[in-house]
Parts: sequence; C-alpha cells; structure tokens
Amino acid sequence: MQPSVSIQNLKLDFGSVSVLRDLNLDIGQGEFLVLLGSSGCGKSTLLNCIAGLLEPTEGAIHINGQNVTWAEPSDRGIGMVFQSYALYPQMTVEGNLTFGLKNAKMPKEEIKRRVARAAEVLQIEPLLKRKPAALSGGQRQRVAIGRALVRDVDVFLFDEPLSNLDAKLRADLRVEIKRLHQRLRNTMIYVTHDQVEAMTLADRIAIMKGGVVMQLDAPGVIYNKPANKYVADFIGSPSMNFFATTLDSTREPKVRIAGKDVYLTGYEFTRPGISGDVWFGIRPEHIVTGELADMAPAQFEVAAELAEPMGAETLIWSTLDGAPLRFRVDGQMTVSPGDMIRIGFDPARASIFDTVEELRI
Amino acid sequence: MADVTTTMQRPSPAHASGPKPRRAFSRRNIMIYSILFVLAVYYLLPFYVMLMTSLKGLTEIRTGNIFAPPVEITFEPWAKAWSTVCTGLNCDGLSRGFWNSVKITVPSVFFSITVASVNGYALSMWRFKGANVFFTILIIGAFIPYQVMIYPIVVLLREMGLYGNLGGLVLVHTIFGMPILTLLFRNYFSSVPEELFKAARVDGARFWTIYFKIMLPMALPIFVVAVILQTTAIWNDFLFGVIYTRPENYPMTVQLNNIVNSVTGVKEYNVNMAATLLSGVVPLTIYFLSGKLFVRGIAAGAVKG
Ligand SMILES: Nc1ncnc2c1ncn2[C@@H]1O[C@H](COP(=O)(O)OP(=O)(O)O)[C@@H](O)[C@H]1O
Ligand SMILES: [Mg+2]
Repeated sequence: MQPSVSIQNLKLDFGSVSVLRDLNLDIGQGEFLVLLGSSGCGKSTLLNCIAGLLEPTEGAIHINGQNVTWAEPSDRGIGMVFQSYALYPQMTVEGNLTFGLKNAKMPKEEIKRRVARAAEVLQIEPLLKRKPAALSGGQRQRVAIGRALVRDVDVFLFDEPLSNLDAKLRADLRVEIKRLHQRLRNTMIYVTHDQVEAMTLADRIAIMKGGVVMQLDAPGVIYNKPANKYVADFIGSPSMNFFATTLDSTREPKVRIAGKDVYLTGYEFTRPGISGDVWFGIRPEHIVTGELADMAPAQFEVAAELAEPMGAETLIWSTLDGAPLRFRVDGQMTVSPGDMIRIGFDPARASIFDTVEELRI
Repeated sequence: MADVTTTMQRPSPAHASGPKPRRAFSRRNIMIYSILFVLAVYYLLPFYVMLMTSLKGLTEIRTGNIFAPPVEITFEPWAKAWSTVCTGLNCDGLSRGFWNSVKITVPSVFFSITVASVNGYALSMWRFKGANVFFTILIIGAFIPYQVMIYPIVVLLREMGLYGNLGGLVLVHTIFGMPILTLLFRNYFSSVPEELFKAARVDGARFWTIYFKIMLPMALPIFVVAVILQTTAIWNDFLFGVIYTRPENYPMTVQLNNIVNSVTGVKEYNVNMAATLLSGVVPLTIYFLSGKLFVRGIAAGAVKG
C-alpha cells in the first residue's frame, strides 16, 4: 500500500542554520505517528513543511501519492491544529469552522452538514454561536480540532495541541484524540515533547534530535530497545541509569559493575561479539527490591541517599559503581537516608551502547 | 511613596476586615491634584483668552482686560472669520479653506492608511524576498528632512501635471505618511500570533482574504490610532499646503496665516481668535471623540517593539 505521507531527503535551512537534514519518513495510511523530541529539535519545522507553511530547501513531500512539495497548504488535503488554538478571534465558533469551507466555495447545505457532524463528534453544539474569547482552553482546542475535521482531510497535523492545557484537561483531551483517531482512521501526525502523550497515542514514534530522526519505531520498541543512548535517556521518567563499564564477549558475554561480573544471559544482542568500553543502562522501573531482588540474576547492596515519596511508590536516589542510581520502591515502605537496600535486576532487560557512536549493541 | 510603605508594614488593628479605608486628602493626593490643576490652568488659560476675545467687540478689546469675560457677547467675529474676512486675494472667509482642508485631509488619510496597512501586513506576515531591504529603505525615508525633498517634489509634481492641484498635495501627504504608518501597522501585525496566519492559510485563505477577513477586524484599534495621527498631522500641515497648492486651493492653516498676518487695515483680534479656534475645531473634536480609543490603540501595540 502506498504511504499516506512520504518525505524524501527533506532538508531545510534558515539562512546558515540547518534545521532539518536529509530527512526521510514514510507514514502509513491511517497511522498515528508522533514526532517526539526536546524543544528546538525541528518538530514544528517538519510539520510546517508537510503542511506547506514552510518551503523546504531540498527534497520532496508526497501525500497519497501526489507530489505536493510546491502545493498550497489548502490543496494538500491536510488539516492542522496548533498549540495556541489559533482561532479567529472575531468570528464565532461556527464562523471558525466554516471559514475554510467558504474559501473553498462549498455549497451551503454541504457546509451545514459538515459543521453539524463535526459539532456532534466533538460535542461543541452548544458553543457554535460563541466567540473564542468566551470558551475555556479545552473547548477552544476542541473547536480547533473541529476546524480540521470539517475539511474532511486525509491527514491531520497536530502541533503540541495539548501543551497549553492544565494536566487534567490534557489527559482528558488525549483520550479524546485517541478516540477520534479510532473513529476516523485518518493519518495523524502529532508533534509533542511530552513522552506520555507520545507513548499513549502513537502507533509509531519518531524521536528527533537536531533535525534528524534518531529512531522510528512502535512505542514498545522505543521503550524496551532504544536504538541509541540519546533515545534511552530521553524516554522514561525517571530516566535510565547508566554505568560506564567494559563488555567482555570472549566467552559468555558479561560486564563488570561494582567489582562484580554480571552475565548478560537472555540479552538480545543487536551486534553480538563486540567487546570493549560500553554504556550499560538499566531503567529504574526494572530494578527490584526485597524478595524479588533475591531472585534477580544481578544483585547489589546500595545505600539510600534521598527518598521522593510519590504516593503509589517512592523514588530512591542512590549510587552504584560511582554512578547515580535511581529506582522505585513500594510507596508504603519507609526509607531513611543511609538505609542499606538490597536491589536486583535482570540484565536481559538492560540496554547496552558503545561509547563511540552510542548505538545499541 | 515613603508613607505608603510604612503604613503597609504597620500591623492591622484587631477589628480590621474588608477593604482598607483610604483618606481622600492624603499628602500624596493633595500634591498630585495641585500639580494637575496647575498644568490644566497653564494649558487652558490661552484657550480661555482666545474664546473670550473672540466673543468681544473691537472697542471692548481695546479698553478691557484680556481675562475679563465679554460684557456684550457678539458672534460677529465668528461669522466674519468664517465667511467674509479677506485671505489674500479672496474675501470669502475661512470657509473656502475649511472645505479645501477637508478635500485634502479625507483622501490623504484614506489612501495613506489603506496603503500603509497593507504594507505593514505584507511586511510582517508574508516576509517576501527583500522585505527587510524594503522596510529599511522605507524607515530611512522617515529620517530624511522634509526640506531636502521640497524642491525635487515640486519638479516631480510639475512633470506629472499635478503641481498646484489638490491631487498633488494628497499624493505628497500619502507618501510622507508612509514610513511612520507602515511602521505602526507592521509592529501591530507582528504582535498577531503567527499561528493564526498559518491556520488561515491552511483554511485556504490567500493574501487579500487573510487581510480583509482576519487581520482588518483585529486591527481596528490601530486604525483608530492611525486615523487620529494622520488627520491631525494633515489638517495642521502648513508647509506642504503653502508650497504645493495654488491660492484658491490653500488649506485652512495657510488661510489662517494670511488672515492673522495681514498687514493692511486694523488688527481685528476678535476675528483672528475666532479664525484660529475654527481651524482647531476638527483636531479637537477628533481628540474628544476618540481619546479613549486612541489610548487603547496605543496600549494595544502601537508603541511596542
Ligand atoms: N523562522 C526561523 N528562523 C530561524 N530559525 C528558526 C526559525 N524557526 C525555527 N527556527 C529554529 O529552528 C529550530 C527548530 O525549531 P522548531 O521546529 O520550532 O522546534 P520544535 O521542535 O521545538 O518545534 C530551532 O532551533 C529554532 O531556533
Ligand atoms: Mg514546536
């Protein structure tokens, strides 16, 4: 099947600053793709290129098989939702929804039908006669989504649509967007810097850094098998614990941590047989304590330095092999600084990267 | 300010509740109001003298005190100033100048603001190639002294066949208003969120649709500011009026000068005062009617970065 959106060798410079470098991306029909990355990594720039709001320096963009590299934004079959909602302040909600349709000279009955449907889907019927100033943030964003919805487009583009909302509303609207996707089955490209949004919404996540896609995979793969140290560090909160150590693959592969040999039984190597200096990473949530620690293949004794109770669980800060170590314990457990805690983990769940290119081994 | 901070640090009395009582005659208030009063008198006194003088007969002016109100109110000087006083060659009063000024001001204000608002919109939203160069040239234009350009413009207008016409003067006013008005509009439109513009483009709106449907309705406050600035500036203009028009097309300011500075006959102070007040009526009215809107427009981004 032909991809819904296909980006080929896309390059964009602002003067001498190169923001996107030779970017290639294929997005399938009906796929929910999340562009995730820290602020300033070029996510919005990429989205604006797809929308036709920025002209690429080089490269081509195809939507549904059509080359749209030089097409006007309105001729690309896309709808876009912005972080600041970008509702036209002097028009009513209805005016906002119909503006694009009127520009396209659509017949009145058709406009009416589409507005009614969008209003029903998004439950904004009572708001149609109001001005944006009289709406709450969540309602405004719903109207903004409606504006994309009425245009009946194939591809939805979202640029951090939930970033201006408070935490509770953000969670609610996140679910609504997911529901919308399940109902409409459109292709959606969603920009965010929030990894929870990315993990919960995405079919695939593209992690970006400095205008380059670092990894493009399903959320589970990104989380469990990060392709490089940047992705491993970026995904997960609190972030992965790293130890600088040496990998010895001459016989049974093993690393040395805090004077102990840790055998990598069950670890799925991407590049087997490599020995040398490596980063050994293990996620805080993969470190166990108590009886579970006694059964774990690798076991250590560490001193708690700081405890951050978060209700359901408590985050412990400690040190292992000279590197900071974070892990979680049950929220009911009381831990004081200086307490010795027995921890363990399964090296099969770890991530190992070389120290030169920091790619997964 | 000193006493304010000390009262704030003092603990509240035990029964304190609700809004804090304020004294109407605190030292600070007395200071502020007396300064405001003095300033108001300073600016209003000349106006008062003019108004009183314009309502007196010539004999009363010669014998009386200039601050004294008229014993016998007469509107004759006003009537004379408006319709019969001689201004240079014509003797049909200021009315001719008034209508000339209207014919100059209305189209000049309209054209300069129309063009400048489109300029500002294009410069801030569309960022076409060379936009910055264009803008820089425009702004440099604002810093070239008028005097340097007077003669070249005379030649230009003559070549275009507009010299001496109202049309020529309208063109000059439109062009000279361009730098500052473009700056005004550009800064205002720069404060409009870029995403709004992008949303409109995704919605299929092009250059003029975005201008008329999105930007114009948002920019009303700044249009008010521009109208006020331009109306007063063009109405009060003397230099361009006297240079680029023929006597029958002189604006009101030039006529006023010809009345007040005429050396023939007796000095009719009452007529002069009435004529001066008449010339000031239009800008004054505009200020009174739109003062609030003006302040709101200025606050809405006219003077921001
Ligand atoms: N109009 C512009 N001119 C110059 N640099 C820009 C422009 N827009 C964005 N940039 C730069 O491009 C980079 C990527 O920006 P952006 O795509 O907005 O990042 P984000 O991932 O946060 O959305 C940033 O470093 C930003 O400074
Ligand atoms: Mg962004």
